[in-house]
Amino acid sequence: MFYLFAAVAIGASLLVIAQRNPIYSVLLLIGSFGALSGLYVMLDAPFVAVIQIIVYAGAIMVLFLFVVMLLNAPHEDTEYDERVHPLLRPGPMRLGALLALLLGIELLWALGRGGESGVFPGGAVTSVAVIGRSLFTDYAFPFEVTSILILVAMVGAVVLARRDTARDRRDRGGV
Amino acid sequence: MVTLNHYLILSAILFAIGTAGVFVRRNLITILLSIEIMLNAVNLTFVAFGRALGSADGQIIVFFVMTVAAAEAAVGLAIVISLFRHKESLNPDSFASLKW
Repeated sequence: MFYLFAAVAIGASLLVIAQRNPIYSVLLLIGSFGALSGLYVMLDAPFVAVIQIIVYAGAIMVLFLFVVMLLNAPHEDTEYDERVHPLLRPGPMRLGALLALLLGIELLWALGRGGESGVFPGGAVTSVAVIGRSLFTDYAFPFEVTSILILVAMVGAVVLARRDTARDRRDRGGV
Repeated sequence: MVTLNHYLILSAILFAIGTAGVFVRRNLITILLSIEIMLNAVNLTFVAFGRALGSADGQIIVFFVMTVAAAEAAVGLAIVISLFRHKESLNPDSFASLKW
């Protein structure tokens, strides 16, 4: 079961960065998040799994999809042939792909050296009540900071995405 | 028998895929999606370690990471929209003048 979810997650993530059309990328990423949610259930974290589906797949990805459709620019305009393999492309892009590959190999190598067997012990914390109590006592301060972060992000998004009305007004007044 | 190492290796692979996406793609929205892949790989590591240590802390950190991801997506997409209004393009190479 783990291997099924892992294969879906890796395959969908690979297809996300292989697609040219961002709409397909977003939809494939939702599939990848679904597989990760299944992995969270297998890790005895059902609450995280549900939150993953509702918040990530339901809210954040819909936001992405909304922007993709709003901008209506499905295709990348690039000066080279998109079908060429990234490692064969010129210049910094080849370096970037090599760096990413190197990072993956390095992480796998470091994990392969780990001596512990890493078998999961019994007695996992699955109860939502325990998580909630810890969130509102031990982690109360980060929780409140998070709420301020969301407020700032909300205001920032509104300000950034707004049309520059002051300049529009000046332009109209000048004519 | 699926052990902690399996989850960590899967997480490493996903993180490397996300990194490759950031480097290889020339589309601002796909770059943001690759960052989401990387954040999810880290989330998987947190939950796996929390399960291995038998504590709820890993799951709580995941909530904070998700909140930061939501804030990042909102602000990032707002920046993408306003950049698109300027240049009618999503290619980061067309914003090279921001470097100077």
